[in-house]
Amino acid sequence: MTTTAYDRTIPLGVHEGRAPGWWAMVWTIATEAALFAFLLFSFFYLGSQSRSPWPPSGPLSLRLALPDTFILVLSSLAYAWGERGIRAGHRARLQAGLAIAFILGLAFIIIQRIEWSQQPFGPGDQAFGSLFYTITGFHGAHVIVGLLMNILVQIWAARGTFTRESHLAVTNAGMYWHFVDIVWLFVFASLYISPRLG
Amino acid sequence: MATLAPLATAPVERLHETWDARPGLYGILGTVDHKTIGKRYLVTALVFLMLGGLEALIMRVQLAHSDTHLLSPDAYNQLFSMHGITMIFWYASPILSGFSNYIWPLMLGSRDMAYPRVNALSYWTFLASGIFIYTALAIGQAPNDGWFGYAPMSLRAYNPGLNMDFYALGLIFLTVSTTVGAINFIGTVMKMRAPGMSLNRLPIFVYGTMTVSFSILFSLPALTAGSVFLFFERRFGMHFFDASQGGSPLLWQHLFWILGHPWVYVIVLPAMGMVSEMIPTFSRRPLVGYPYVALSTIATGLIGFGVWVHHMFATGLPAVSMSFFSGASFLITIPSAIAVFAWIATMWLGRPVWRTPMLFCAGFVVLFVIGGVSGVVTAAVPFDWQVTDTYFVVAHLHYVLIGINVFPVIGAFYYWIPKMTGRMMNETLGKWNFWTMFIGFNLGFFPMHIAGLLGMPRRVYTYPASSGWDTVNLITTIGAFLFAIGVLLFVINVLVSLRRGAFAGSNPWEAGTLEWAMESPPPPYNFAVLPIIRSRLPLWEDQLGDETPGMIPGEGHSHITEGVVLAEGRETFGTSPLEAEPLHVLHMPEDSLFPFLLAVAMLATAYGLVFSQWWLAIVGGLGMLACLVGWLWPRHLVTGERA
Repeated sequence: MTTTAYDRTIPLGVHEGRAPGWWAMVWTIATEAALFAFLLFSFFYLGSQSRSPWPPSGPLSLRLALPDTFILVLSSLAYAWGERGIRAGHRARLQAGLAIAFILGLAFIIIQRIEWSQQPFGPGDQAFGSLFYTITGFHGAHVIVGLLMNILVQIWAARGTFTRESHLAVTNAGMYWHFVDIVWLFVFASLYISPRLG
Repeated sequence: MATLAPLATAPVERLHETWDARPGLYGILGTVDHKTIGKRYLVTALVFLMLGGLEALIMRVQLAHSDTHLLSPDAYNQLFSMHGITMIFWYASPILSGFSNYIWPLMLGSRDMAYPRVNALSYWTFLASGIFIYTALAIGQAPNDGWFGYAPMSLRAYNPGLNMDFYALGLIFLTVSTTVGAINFIGTVMKMRAPGMSLNRLPIFVYGTMTVSFSILFSLPALTAGSVFLFFERRFGMHFFDASQGGSPLLWQHLFWILGHPWVYVIVLPAMGMVSEMIPTFSRRPLVGYPYVALSTIATGLIGFGVWVHHMFATGLPAVSMSFFSGASFLITIPSAIAVFAWIATMWLGRPVWRTPMLFCAGFVVLFVIGGVSGVVTAAVPFDWQVTDTYFVVAHLHYVLIGINVFPVIGAFYYWIPKMTGRMMNETLGKWNFWTMFIGFNLGFFPMHIAGLLGMPRRVYTYPASSGWDTVNLITTIGAFLFAIGVLLFVINVLVSLRRGAFAGSNPWEAGTLEWAMESPPPPYNFAVLPIIRSRLPLWEDQLGDETPGMIPGEGHSHITEGVVLAEGRETFGTSPLEAEPLHVLHMPEDSLFPFLLAVAMLATAYGLVFSQWWLAIVGGLGMLACLVGWLWPRHLVTGERA
């Protein structure tokens, strides 16, 4: 079964090259990354124009935020470990990796919620407060979306949807999860670290 | 070997069974056929063109004479804001998406777009966001701060109604449509081309839409961020644009124009691409300088990111910053000029046939040059200071937007409607249509330059008789109505052609690109046998022979009348991004209600947010979640091999 123009058979489904769905996630992440870039642009723009101290109540505490950052990075590593599992055909390892990533991601959100309640400013306190809660809130919403994806992938993994060859949903949700983690590193560096440098 | 089947032996019945939309309501709401979606886009965007046009005509009646009080200042503010928002966001870009949606798979030799359900979502959210923004006008609380919604006028202290809440949420809502549409175009150009349609064989129209899709992905989030800030500041007492609380009104201007200027190219580059398809057809020769036009399209998209501050020259920015953006604004004229010279050279070296689409293309070139010149002069900072916020700028932007968008769009309708409906439009009426629009447009908009130089500011609801602006304004109003009559002639011509037009056949213009290969209107599966492409103008290979552009000696000719069948299911080729080597056979999704339901849930959320009905917003949000889960749920997998 070959064509005259292409002297080989062409498989049904994606085995070589990237699937359209993979590209869809890549470009979704690209535009989301641009969104965070503009949020952080706004942060730096207003910071550079500010005539009062930035942040108004002094640099933000790292007591919770720094450990929280490590938790999120660990969560990404756990996901990657699970994904490598399904690439070798180990469904149980995938499920374990997803579960650990989920728990760590949930811990991140809970700790961030606690940190919010401990900040000396609210969302209406000056532009800094508004930017802080909007940017971390946007990021938190993305973490929650990532956790929902994790649940779906977990359900499908339990139903045996994924095989060594076919697990695009695992890859896509993973790319999204890593993206959310990398964005956090930028958010953390901008909101928590950069005011300490100036 | 050889499973290249002749066209005549294709299993047409089986293809119909597989690709026809389901009958009844399910098929209407659930169809993922790119041709149906494309036509819906075109019709809906034309409705928005009519609405925006009506708003403009009401304003022109108001301005026809000094000291007129037909409209209150507040009503006038809402009208000019809605006019701009409608034309720029709900007409100019969606109409081009409509053409791209309809034409792309036909032009690329595929059976569908890369993400057919996303395509449906893109349309439904476009429609739903349009209904949302027009709800504001219906309840008399439409956006009233101009299409670029500057702070602090947009803030609650100065604008306590729902007007600007509708603006912020409506734009975020439309962003969903535009973004998923852009991802769909990029995915399609990367994966869904006919085998052999390498990058150097892509039509310029495809380059145009592809370039702006990238622009959209990286610039539209600036508007999203700004609109979210605006909504939060208005509703939740946050501060982003309020200078007394550490914010800055200029932050809004930056965010808006970082999107706003690339957006200008979003609404012109695909239109210029359509012109690059039509001019060669009617000049009876391939486009001159194809690689330069393709590259200048991409260059315009890139430089388009570096010119936004030229909208802000009058805001007191540092001179260094203004010099940079002024320089970039001069620079961006170079790729545009390359395209203009390529079109002129194509006509010059060809044997032009002056059918209606060609008239619109030639008219477009003239208006593009005028609009371009009035743009170049405003790139110079001192001149810009003189004309900022005057009718000179209004004249410039209408020359650019109507000249480069509306004229090519109407020309493209004359060109491609025979493909869409199988019927020709009337040529005599078409010529009347063109000349009425062309004369009306210049009569209406050229005097605006003069009104601006006389000092008439934009957005004033009336002016005193002592200002001496009566005559130019009366001429402008007459021209505007003449232009509107021209658009009306177009609509009449479309409606008449649907019933009485001559049958078009597959290729009425004897064009060279692939969308003219199948019968008109195309069958739901587009190609009974999937073609294999060996040149840029596959349908002109018979006339041009080995001279056909993009042909590689020894590689042979394109296969159009014989090809690969792929009729076991909804199947088409997935090809590699650069060389378009076939990599796999893709199983395409069936009709689905989820895109429609998702758009309805988003509409409910948007209403919930704007009217502070939080329960509705939450119900809508849960509905969105449910739709997404249902949408993403894995389908039954098909495996195996196809030849």
